[in-house]
This record gives sequence, structure tokens and C-alpha cells, in this order.
Amino acid sequence: MNAETSADWRDEIFEVLQTHDIKQVYHVPDAGHSRLIDHCQRSNSIRTVPLTTEEEGIALAAGAWLGGQRSALLMQSSGVGNTINMMGLTKTLRFPFLTLITMRGEWGEFNSWQFPMGQGTPKVLEAMGVLVYSVDKASDVKATVDAAARAAFNGGQSVAVLLRQKLIGIKDFGKKTAK
Amino acid sequence: MSKATLQRRPLVKKILEGADDNLLVIAGLGSSNWDITEAGDRPLNMPLWGAMGAPVSMGLGLALAQPAKRVLVITGDADLMMSLGSLATVATQQPENLAIVVLDNERFGETGNQASHTSPRNNGPTDSGAGADLAMIAKGCGIADVGTVRDASEVADLVKAARTKKGPVFRLVKVMVEKLEFVMPPQDGAHLKDRFRQALLGHP
Repeated sequence: MNAETSADWRDEIFEVLQTHDIKQVYHVPDAGHSRLIDHCQRSNSIRTVPLTTEEEGIALAAGAWLGGQRSALLMQSSGVGNTINMMGLTKTLRFPFLTLITMRGEWGEFNSWQFPMGQGTPKVLEAMGVLVYSVDKASDVKATVDAAARAAFNGGQSVAVLLRQKLIGIKDFGKKTAK
Repeated sequence: MSKATLQRRPLVKKILEGADDNLLVIAGLGSSNWDITEAGDRPLNMPLWGAMGAPVSMGLGLALAQPAKRVLVITGDADLMMSLGSLATVATQQPENLAIVVLDNERFGETGNQASHTSPRNNGPTDSGAGADLAMIAKGCGIADVGTVRDASEVADLVKAARTKKGPVFRLVKVMVEKLEFVMPPQDGAHLKDRFRQALLGHP
């Protein structure tokens, strides 16, 4: 994957969020989402809120919806585990919820600590009643995020888009093992 | 044992007195939920029956979405203890329309009044906490306007802080441990959300 291609789909996600009138974006800083977070932070129409833990984002999304605004939660697969109980709020209150998840612990992962939650991510989301969309090709990102936003905000569903590690690229940090 | 003298129900009633369409209230699960409901169930109340740790974040999302309305979060010490980081998140946004009132009875009230972390350290073997000071924690998280209320003479100022003072405002209120009747609002979360949005936005 070249840098130009990877830049494109991140920019496309930002366009989709704007098209769907997303007004609040929550995130725990994440390398995979960094370009998108940067777009959101510079935007005049989106309020970008950094979280201390991902579960805050579910409650924030509920509050935003109570107040008439749409939101999106950006997180990494490891953050999904932090949200499980709070994710129940999307079912209990039955409010539209959209989350975009950068995956770790799958395609070519170098860090063994990322595997348990990475491999568990689709299963726990499904267990909590979240619709799981998945995308591993840059050319499919825009349509997938758009479809997810429609299912969330038109269809009233709780929807996650998994941005697979194959799409994001293998992270290796270029570090050497301690001798 | 806590030396608190303030009673939560009359206190919450005073805080919510004359609530109009400008006031949006979120209450944490358990006692805080029953407290705001005894003061008068209303569509612009969002009383939680679960989602421990959610109220401050929910209040922040609502405050950002509705900057012209006053958003008041009323919750308990153990609920807030579960989401201390949300105070720092509030501080990153500095919402001028958000007030947080924590009713601190130093107990997990819904599960048998076990000591919470705000109880003093040197109580007996089964009811010692950490002496955690939530007002100091809120200040340390970056909320400048914090205070602790212990006395009936301070309640008038508390009401002003909760209802009208420029936010973000945080008030810790030390309240008595009491056995009180459950005064329950509707339980269906989707209904509570829909009636709130209907009252606020004119559609569910």
C-alpha cells in the first residue's frame, strides 16, 4: 500500500462524517485514526472531544443524541473492551450510534499484547447487539462508512465499522528487540 | 460514621425548584434517580437506571449539543468514582452551561450501604474507605469552580451554582446516610429518551 492511497480513504471518512451532519467526534488518540482526528480538530462544524477511556464516548453519544446532535466514536480495537457494559446503553435507550474502529492484533501484528482484544473485537460487539461492518480495501472505505452511517442515523441502529489491519498497514515501529 | 447533616431529598427538591424548559437534568442510577423523581418527574429529566459512570459524560455530550440550555448532572459518589477521567474530559471542553452536583453519602447506597472510597480510612474493619475527596479530584482534573457543601447555610449558594453560575461548576455535597422510599420514574430507556427529545426538540 502506498502513502497516497492510505491518505485518500482517511480523507474520505471525514467527508462522509460531514455529509451525515456529525457534530461531535470522540476519540482516544490513535495512530490509525490520527489523520482523521486531525481533520476533525481543524473543522469548524465538528466538536472533537478527547477521552480518557473509550466508554466515555458511548455516554457522550447518548447525551449528544438527547440534545439533537449526531456523533461518532473513533477507537482502536483494544478500546472496544473498555466499552462493553456502556455499549448496552445504545440498546436500552435505542439511540443511533456509529463507531469506527482501527483494528490491531490481526494482519501481520507484531505486538502479542494486541491479539486478545483484537481477535475478540467482532465477537464482543456482536454480543452487545452492534452491527459489525468490515472493510479491508481502500476503495471500499467510503461506501462502507456511508452505509454504516445510514444504518445508524436513518435506521436507528448501533453500528461499528472495522477498519482492518490489512487496510491500515502493518505497524512495526522499526524498533529493535532489547538484547 | 459520616457526620453529615444535610438530607438529600429536600436538598434536591430545592435545587430543582421552579425547573423550566431551560433546565435539562441527568441523574445517576439509584438514589439520585429517586431523588430527582420525588422532586417531580418531568420529560426534561433523564433518570438513569443503570450505566454506572455515565452521567458526567452524558451531561457533557448534552451540554455541547445544547449550549443555550442549562445542563445539570446529579449523581452519587460511587457513580462518579467509576468515571473520574470524565471530569478531565469535561475540563478539556469547559462547557459554560454544565453543572455537576455530587451527593456524597460515603456509601454504595443501592447494595447495602457498604463504605465507598469517600468514607474515611479509619472506620471499622467493614466500613473503611480511602477518604477520597471528589472535590479535590475535580479541581485536579482542571475544573476551576469546585466547592464542598456541608451545612444548611450553604444551600442557597449551592442552588445558584447548580442553576445559573457560569460552568463548568462542580459541587460536592456531603449528605446523610438515610433509608428512603424508592420514588421511581418510568423505566423504559427508549421512552425516557423519546420524551426528553420530544420536549426539547419537538420530535422524538
